[in-house]
Parts: sequence; structure tokens; C-alpha cells
Amino acid sequence: MAQVIFRGVRKSFGNAPVIHGFDMDVRDGEFVVIVGPSGCGKSTLLRMVAGLEAISDGEIAIGERVVNRLEPKDRDIAMVFQNYALYPHMNVEGNMAYGLKIRGLPQAEIDARVARAAQILELSPLLKRKPRELSGGQRQRVAMGRAIVRKPAVFLFDEPLSNLDAKLRVQMRAELQDLHRRLQTTSLYVTHDQVEAMTLAQRMVVMNGGRAEQIGAPLEVYKKPASTFVAGFIGSPPMNLIPAGKDGREVLLGVRPEHLQPCAEGEAKMTVNVDLVEPLGSDTLVYGHTGDNGDGARVAVRLHQSFAAQTGRLPVRFDPAHEHLFDKATGLRIED
Amino acid sequence: MEKRVVFRSAWLPYALLAPQIAVTLVFFFWPAGQAIWYSFQLQDAFGLKTQFVGLENFRALFNDPHYLASFRITALFSFLVAISGIAIALLLATMADRVIRGALAYRTLLIWPYAVAPAVAGVLWAFLFAPSIGIVTYVLKKNGVDWNWVLQGDQAMLLVVIASTWKQVSYNFLFFLAGLQSIPRSLIEAAAIDGAGPGRRFWTIVFPLLSPTTFFLLVVNIVYAFFDTFGVIDATTQGGPAGATQILVYKAYYDGVKAADLGGSSAQSAILMLIVIALTVVQFRFVERKVQY
Repeated sequence: MAQVIFRGVRKSFGNAPVIHGFDMDVRDGEFVVIVGPSGCGKSTLLRMVAGLEAISDGEIAIGERVVNRLEPKDRDIAMVFQNYALYPHMNVEGNMAYGLKIRGLPQAEIDARVARAAQILELSPLLKRKPRELSGGQRQRVAMGRAIVRKPAVFLFDEPLSNLDAKLRVQMRAELQDLHRRLQTTSLYVTHDQVEAMTLAQRMVVMNGGRAEQIGAPLEVYKKPASTFVAGFIGSPPMNLIPAGKDGREVLLGVRPEHLQPCAEGEAKMTVNVDLVEPLGSDTLVYGHTGDNGDGARVAVRLHQSFAAQTGRLPVRFDPAHEHLFDKATGLRIED
Repeated sequence: MEKRVVFRSAWLPYALLAPQIAVTLVFFFWPAGQAIWYSFQLQDAFGLKTQFVGLENFRALFNDPHYLASFRITALFSFLVAISGIAIALLLATMADRVIRGALAYRTLLIWPYAVAPAVAGVLWAFLFAPSIGIVTYVLKKNGVDWNWVLQGDQAMLLVVIASTWKQVSYNFLFFLAGLQSIPRSLIEAAAIDGAGPGRRFWTIVFPLLSPTTFFLLVVNIVYAFFDTFGVIDATTQGGPAGATQILVYKAYYDGVKAADLGGSSAQSAILMLIVIALTVVQFRFVERKVQY
């Protein structure tokens, strides 16, 4: 159990900077998800906490200790890798016990811990199997078991679900939440999937180009995105951003697809020329553009009823409470 | 999906295979068959009379202390060449795997010795270690080592082992390097987080994962030491001194060509054939079918 503190953390590979100063206090027992597109530096940040990458500048502290100069094994962390990184020549039991054996725990203690983790993760019948004899989901569980048995201060997850199929991913997401509720271990979780970030995080960090664009609780980030990047990254389909003018200033008007409602021509705030309709069953996504020349902004609308017409005009309105304004030049939110 | 190519004409596949089959027949099956045939015969030194003697040649061989000594020498020689070749190559590959800057240059240089002909490699090392003019001999003698492989059997053995190993290290190195690079980086990182230091990571993770490669190389190296080192030995010690480096393949050559004992030499060749067959079976059985993990 420990907090993780980042103070002005920077990373460069040669002369190329990849993290431009990152500050954050992760509280004891908190589940923090770092989310962003590939190449944003999120994995590098996690690997710096693990000790797999050197910290170019700044400080990372786990608990009370600054860990900059510590070896990975001395940082009291456990990591789950995207490709699971199971030792292929050891069985499930051997994989989980490896770290404990190295630390010289008594055999009875090792057995007890492995049995307990196997029970939690429903791996007990599989203990003698080799990794190649397991399915993707089972391998994923073994990787988690290997982290759990160590009882580390911090769990680090590097895109642990991205090699699983969609259905299994949903299931494992729930299991991860359950696991964190039980163990209450500080966790840092890296993903490019905004749904995972929204569902798992107590707080999330949205990263872009080596910077944290916004740090906050998922719903706070969803309701008040700090920039056009966050607005476009969180939520699916992303927030509509329509160029507009306000008080003589060039702004981008942001409205989420789910906040646009069809209405009569007279009370419409804008009219969408429909290009494509995607019926999803529970609701319908309508994609189109504003303006008549095809040079307007692209707009998506989420409708809760079916929409028959494949093309045509869809007049929509929205509640001003759901309106977001961003500066067009900087992309930053304009507070109202 | 059917991936095999099906020839419509009956003779084309045979025509395409013919050169390879001809080479194999003329240079392999014919001499091999002849050797087996001669191994049952006794011929006088001038080749005027030939007599069928059954298994007499084999019986004579296994009662000949020189032949049994040659067996022991071959076992020692191939053990030393295979073990040191594999150990040195593994060490070099592990180091080369960690090099990032100039990696290609290191690798290229390490591969070069493989392109050197065995006889040239032998002469090269014989020259370095030459009793009268060798540079290594000079250093050894300065340090009080009485170095003269022309007279001392142990030193002659050491020389041919060094020359043969040096050539084979490149080959082993290539396989080990490829093997090391196929081990995912994250496995090593996971072991580091689990608390294993570099030595422990190597022996508990890397080495077991390389075991199929190591076993394959062990068989290949033994075959190499048995047969392909002929050139090294012929160019340096020629089996001497007093037969101290006379491995089986060299003795077969010496008895047949120099000592004109065609029957005895052929019997030795037949036994060598059996050894190759056994080694090949081992290789197919264990290397190709059973991957170690």
C-alpha cells in the first residue's frame, strides 16, 4: 500500500523528448488510468515507475521513497504486461511462485499465497498447465496472479486487456474492478481504450504528445473536457466541434452526439445534412455535416429512436447547459 | 487450401530432380556402397588380388588397440570442440545481444571465421602456435610454458581443438543470437521485476528457453567434430604425434590412402556411417519432434 508521487517527470530518448514534465499525486489505494493515443508517452510513464526506463529528469516516489535510482526489484511493484510475459517453460504454479522463490520466502508461505491467488482468479484446476495450454483469458489471469502473490505496494498494468477479444475484455474489466475492490492496492493502468478508462478509473489521466491534457474523475473529464483533444478522445462517437464566433472571438462549439435532439425546423439550432446512418439496435448513429456546400463541420448525432431516412436533412437542437466552448487557436476550454 | 504444385507431365519432375539425384548417386551412394563392399574384402598392397573375408576386417579393427584409442580420442576431441564451441558462442551471443551501437559490425565480424576453409584455419592456428616461430609460442615460452605440440600429444590435441572450435563458434553464434532475439523483451523485464538479477535471469529464463537451440547445436557440433575437422587435422598435426590427434575419420583416410589397407579403411568408413545414422536419428527424434518447453 503506497502513494505514487510524480514531480516534474521528464523523459527523452536521445534528443527526442517524449514526456514533457508530468506531475501527479496518486493516493494510497487509488485506481488511476492513464489513457491516450499510441505514442503519447503513457507506456513510457508506466515503465519509468517500474524502473524499466531511466527517468531523465524529475522524481518519482513510491510510498515515502524516491525510486529514481532503485532497481525494479527494489521498488515493491508488480507489473502485468500486454503480452502477459509468462515464462513459457514453467507451469502456472511455477510462474506465480517464481518471484516469491527468488525473494527466499519459505515454501509453505509460497504454496499458501499461490493457492490463495489461484482461488481468487479461479486458476486452481490449471496450476500444472504450461502457458501454451491456456486460453488468452486464462493467461491473462495467470499474469495477474503473478502480480497478486507478490503483495506489492503498487500494481502496474500495461494495456493488459488489449490482446483479448471484445467479449472477454468486458468480463475481465469487471473482474479487475472486483479485484481492486477486494485488495485495495494502488494501481496504475495504461490503455488506449477510453471505455476501459471510463469504467475502471477512479481518476484518469488523458495524455497527448507527452503531456497530461487533463487529470480528473471520469465523469468530470466527460462533462468538462479541458481541451478539444480530450473532448475528441473521451466519448464515442467523439464530441462534435463546430467553428463559431462568440464576442468577436473564434471559438469551437462542442456538443456531444447524445445531447443533440431532433426538432422542428423552426426551433433548430442547426441542420445536419445526413451522410450515413448506423442503426445499433438500442440507438441510432447519424453522421452528417453542417452547411450546404459540403465544407461544413462533420457532425454525429445519437438518436434514441430509429431514423428511417438514409439521406436528407435533420434539424437538431441542444440544451445550452450541454454546450462547451473551446478557443480555436489553443484548443483550450473557455470557462463560463 | 491445396498448396502443392501438381505437374501435369510425368517426366518433368524427374528431369528437375535429376541433377541432384545424379550428384547424390555418384558422389555419395556409389562410394558408400563401394566402401561397404570393400569392408568385406581383403586386398594385397599392390591391388592385384582381392579376397572375400566376411566380417574379418571388423573383427581385426575391434582387436586393434590403435583403433580403440582413436575412438577415445575422437570422443574427447568432439566433446571438447562441441562444449567449448557452444559455451564461447553463447557468451559472445549474449554480449552481442546487449550491444545496440555498432551491433551489425560486431555480428558481421563474428561470422567471418565460418567462411574460412578448415585447412586454412588449421594452418593459421598452427602458425600462431608453431614451436619455433609462433607468436603465441613466444609468449608461452617467456612465461615458462614448454610449448611444443609437435612432440607433446596433449598440446597437439589442444591446438586442433582451438582451431576447430574457432571455426565453429561463428555458426553457433548465429543460431544463439537468433534464439536470443526471439525471446520477448518483456519476459526479461518481468523476471527483473520479479527480483531476478542478471545471472539468475540468464540461468532460469534465457538458458531454458534456448535449450532447443542448444540441443540442436550439440548434435550439429558433434557431427562437425567427427567429420568436418579432417582439414584442420590434415593441415596441422596429421594425426600425430604418435596418433594423439588421430580421430576416426583421419585414421580411415590414413589407413586407406597412406597405409594401403583398403579393407580395414572401408570397415572404418562403414562404422562411421553407422555413427552418422545414429546421430541423425537422435537429431530427428529429439530436436525436430520434441520442443523442450
